[in-house]
Amino acid sequence: MSNTHFVNKNHFDPNKEESLTPEQERYYLATQWQLMWWKLKRHRLAMVSGGILAFMYFSVIIAELLAPYALTSRNTDFIYAPPQELHIFHEGSFVGPFVYGLKYQLNMKTLKREYTENTGIIHPVRFFCSGDSYQFWGLFNSSFHIFCPAKNGMLFLLGTDRLGRDVLSRIVYGTRISLTVGLIGIIFSFLIGITIGGLAGYYGGWIDNLTQRTIEVIRSFPELPLWMALSASLPITWSPILVYFGITLILGMLDWTGLARAVRSKLLSLREEDFAQAAQLMGAKPRRVIARHLLPSFTSHLIASATLSIPSMILGETALSFLGLGLRPPITSWGVLLTEAQNINAVELYPWIMTPVIPVIIVVLAFNFFGDGLRDAADPYR
Amino acid sequence: MLSYLIQRILIMIPTLFAISIITFVIIQLPPGDYLSTYIAELQSQGENVDIAKIEALRAQYGLDKSMIEQYWFWVFGLLQGDLGFSFEYQLPVSEVVGDRLLLTLILNFTTILFIWLVSFPIGIYSATHQYSWGDYGLTFIGFIGLATPNFLLALVLLYFANVWFGTSIGGLMDPFYIDQPWSFAKVLSILEHLWVPVVVIGTSGTASMIRRLRANMLDELQKQYVITAKAKGLHPLKALIKYPLRTSLNPFIADIGNMLPQIISGSAIVSMVLSLPTTGPMLISALQSQDMYLAGSFLIFLAMLTVIGMFLSDLALVWLDPRIRLGGGASK
Repeated sequence: MSNTHFVNKNHFDPNKEESLTPEQERYYLATQWQLMWWKLKRHRLAMVSGGILAFMYFSVIIAELLAPYALTSRNTDFIYAPPQELHIFHEGSFVGPFVYGLKYQLNMKTLKREYTENTGIIHPVRFFCSGDSYQFWGLFNSSFHIFCPAKNGMLFLLGTDRLGRDVLSRIVYGTRISLTVGLIGIIFSFLIGITIGGLAGYYGGWIDNLTQRTIEVIRSFPELPLWMALSASLPITWSPILVYFGITLILGMLDWTGLARAVRSKLLSLREEDFAQAAQLMGAKPRRVIARHLLPSFTSHLIASATLSIPSMILGETALSFLGLGLRPPITSWGVLLTEAQNINAVELYPWIMTPVIPVIIVVLAFNFFGDGLRDAADPYR
Repeated sequence: MLSYLIQRILIMIPTLFAISIITFVIIQLPPGDYLSTYIAELQSQGENVDIAKIEALRAQYGLDKSMIEQYWFWVFGLLQGDLGFSFEYQLPVSEVVGDRLLLTLILNFTTILFIWLVSFPIGIYSATHQYSWGDYGLTFIGFIGLATPNFLLALVLLYFANVWFGTSIGGLMDPFYIDQPWSFAKVLSILEHLWVPVVVIGTSGTASMIRRLRANMLDELQKQYVITAKAKGLHPLKALIKYPLRTSLNPFIADIGNMLPQIISGSAIVSMVLSLPTTGPMLISALQSQDMYLAGSFLIFLAMLTVIGMFLSDLALVWLDPRIRLGGGASK
């Protein structure tokens, strides 16, 4: 029996087996943030939510342009007017987006204001037009709007409130306050949470014990009554802007506990790792070890959990303002708008006063889905 | 078990002590005190303020003493069951509060029951039918419940309860039964009114509970013993109920601690909208008029409710789940 085992005659290149395809190489060389982004892109719901949030925050910047009316303009002839339907065709012919005029009548039996569509009058919507004048971020005067009502016409897509102010415009302006409350609040809570959680996790021992007990005590207070108590203690003499910062501070001050716990438990395990010890042995100060070596390894995770706690702040602000303990007019937030819907009459007679709740729901949902997606993307084991 | 019990109770004491300090600081935070508010009110009505009388009142209520003295005075009172004196009502706090604490307790307890009853079947269904239309639909409804502000939901439900069932608006019982002694009919009337706040407060808690139960159940269903059981031909229902269900029940107990502050928060605002005779509405008015002992009693009552609730849930968890080791800090 001859020895007939197979030998490949071709030249053998040992590097060939280990060389990577371009895609593989791209994957292996990607930074942590790139990997996260790729994973996030696959999460469709999170991407859609992220898009909605990006649009909402963009509208914060250009609220004045986006709203058809100025914040304070009143239409005294149209108080509690219902939402107008947007039409495109008038009697079969194309006109472009327009609304019909409103006919006002006081029902003498019920004393209810009744509005009917007057199909004889057409108010076409104007685009890129000049309408109510405003001060853009309080900086300069302008009257440019992306869309506005016809000249001497009207456009109440979400109806008007008890002073005849356009609800849609007020919602757009409210976005500015409601969305930034959560953002500024989370910055406060992030700073406090990382500092305290970092100290507790890095040093352990009695510092850790003390913070753990403190967190337990703070968490055992129900959030809302505590928020109420704290915001009731804001002096009445404060200007609305100060009250706004006071409220965000209060919201942030009670929210850091969850974040601090997360930071602490991560640090407790990470500080034993070789790279942390190496940094310590080379004489790095605790501040540097925490901020430079330990925190970056789970920043993505922290950002995800911060995203998930923004909605509770937005809801908190809404609730506080609704109760009259949070922001007050002339500051306009979604919660302040909802105070108008405080009694049962609103539900029965003017349900459109409650429409500010729609953006609240959308934003809270979007933050939840986006945060979920971020968290999954930040998790290396998925 | 006994040593664990004692240890837990001993930990609760400093916690409650810290809570009382924080509560006291918070009710002292607003500038001035009740009397200065009261004087300002009298002056705005153009009435004369008798300085001597005000000073006498101040001494009577102990407002002229130092903070620390006032605090000790208050805490010792609390320990003896004396909740202090309500300035606004000119009555001892315990008399002003009346049934409110009990009704708050009933409301919160019923809400927890509601959350359990609703999220239990839904959570199991979502886990066993993962990624089905039912799963997505139910999860979505849960999310909507999470995102809708409680107070608005309360208003809308109240309206429909009135239109469809003729339930009287606001309150926790028919106006007829207020100030009546407890009777069977009164309890029935309360039950009739209770469902609106319970559903409203429960919605937000239900969503998170469903998600947690679903996740737990999914983890458990993928374990090998379940696969073995199924492979050996055990009836699918039995393979579900016998062990996976039991272990995924733990979050129901363990989560009371997380849920309680949330529920109490929710009930506070909902009861203000619905003007329920619970702690919420009175707390807000007490906060606004700086009726400090009244506000303080409510705050401390709510915080104590949470602490004791957490304690009970920890105990129940240890009792239910033999995997939890006592001591060694692994009890959470």
